[in-house]
Amino acid sequence: MTQTLKAWFSDLPKAVRILIFGLGAVIILLIPRFLTSSYIMGIICRILLYITLAGSLNVINGYTGQFSIGHAGFFAVGCYTTAILSSNYAWDFWFTLPIAGILTAIIGLLVALPTFRMTGIYLSIVTLGFSEIIRLIALNWTGLTGGPLGIKGIPAPQFLGMNIRRAGDYYYIFLLFAVLFLLVTNRVLKSRIGRAWISIREDQQAAQSLGVELVKYKAMNFAYGAFWAGLAGAIYAPYINYVDSNTFTLDEGFNILSMAIIGGMGTLGGPVLGSFVVNILNELLRPVSAYRLVVYGLLIVVMMWIRPQGIIGASDSMLADDRTGADLLERLGLKKRRTA
Amino acid sequence: MSLLTVENLVVDYGHIHALLGINFHVDEGEIITLIGSNGAGKTTALMSISGMVKKTEGKITFLGQDITVMKPHNIARMGISHVPEGRKIFPELTVDENLKVGTIANPRYEKQRSLEARDRVYTLFPRLKERLNQGGGTLSGGEQQMLAIGRGLMMEPKLLILDEPSLGLAPNIVENIFELITRIRKDGITILLVEQNASMALSVADRGYVLETGKISLEGSGESLLVNEEVRRAYLGA
Repeated sequence: MTQTLKAWFSDLPKAVRILIFGLGAVIILLIPRFLTSSYIMGIICRILLYITLAGSLNVINGYTGQFSIGHAGFFAVGCYTTAILSSNYAWDFWFTLPIAGILTAIIGLLVALPTFRMTGIYLSIVTLGFSEIIRLIALNWTGLTGGPLGIKGIPAPQFLGMNIRRAGDYYYIFLLFAVLFLLVTNRVLKSRIGRAWISIREDQQAAQSLGVELVKYKAMNFAYGAFWAGLAGAIYAPYINYVDSNTFTLDEGFNILSMAIIGGMGTLGGPVLGSFVVNILNELLRPVSAYRLVVYGLLIVVMMWIRPQGIIGASDSMLADDRTGADLLERLGLKKRRTA
Repeated sequence: MSLLTVENLVVDYGHIHALLGINFHVDEGEIITLIGSNGAGKTTALMSISGMVKKTEGKITFLGQDITVMKPHNIARMGISHVPEGRKIFPELTVDENLKVGTIANPRYEKQRSLEARDRVYTLFPRLKERLNQGGGTLSGGEQQMLAIGRGLMMEPKLLILDEPSLGLAPNIVENIFELITRIRKDGITILLVEQNASMALSVADRGYVLETGKISLEGSGESLLVNEEVRRAYLGA
């Protein structure tokens, strides 16, 4: 059924397809006009935030086959960087953004250093330890991070002289970065760098014999994933207005991980869907919040059991892609797939 | 001058001595084969050339340059392409993408040039062209072997190292692969071949070395080894 739907769609004239996507884009851009409830907008903002977060974790876990579970640490570095620079040193938000991204990428490189000789569970434990170290530093370095009190009143960013305050405004920033992340990552995955990452996932030894420099490409991969997590954190800081170390516990790391797993690792669309599913579940399960984590645990177990590739990962999935980061535009039917 | 010389190569895996000081050389344009039974050290010899195992002793020279302690990616960049045992293609990547990964070590990489290299591979293996958008893991064993060789050719190597290309393939496919190996040599690529299928390997090789528990016990031209009594008894089942 979905196949015929797909075929029907790609048979439409290009103008019609572009029109459909154009309409979709307009609707997405106008969402804050229709939905004025700040509760609903808050959920949508979270979904967009986690598209970038789970997506960047997926670049590490899904495409290079390393298994990092310390993504909350990278998220924290980006978040604190913007919080500190903009509240303590009165930097403009837009200047703190690249700093947060680059600083987190450098930290990503540092974490990658000891992990070059490790794979599997050992690497996971290093990343887990790193995430906790970051949290404990944030908790104890009172002079810089405010310690247990955190940092309050992070100034709102300005855009064309307007203060960005409401969730409906942040929506556009989160949306911009989620879309930017998907487009840039799509390009990177299609480049020789991306192919090198995937070849490491598929077979390290074969990759090595073809001249893929494992250390270099793994380091780039970690830095790239960390960079986007740092950016996500940087936007989150003024949005939430207040950061403290409790936001970045291991639970948060597993939260991000579960989105990537449930959606489907090694696919661009997986974390997007995973972010929708988990964040919406989060709200639906609010009445039974004590059991929420139990439900996640069960969900992950069941997913591993019946659909280890995630919702999107399997080839029979409605949104199936070929797990190689094939061109986003190709998949949306806006560009013809190259043959021979 | 030889393209590749291996002098007194010793490799240990912990307490196990895999190679006990072997010497051999490969000249430009040759097909050289190393034959020997399981555990003789054939794969270890190849892996030490491409830098994938640590060498205890000895010296490996390629194009007059000492590559003994060089890193694998730099060795690949110098023009040694190692097609590993068991094919090790990337199952989730399509045929075309598998070939693209093969260009990573090509120091003269340009888009146009890599497209030409790809076209050469597709002329050599028309079967791959028919399956270019198919996942590598869905190919048959013979096709996977072709893909592995094709991927190794994408870096435009001077020396192509093939580890057991006949492994697990039907006899008529094995013949097919060996015919392709001689065609690759005609394109000016030197080939170092490791095989358990000794008769097949010796029939295409210019020279061969017989490896026995970490030592080279015999060497000679392909034909002379093919008729050698000892070789016939031990490896050709005659």
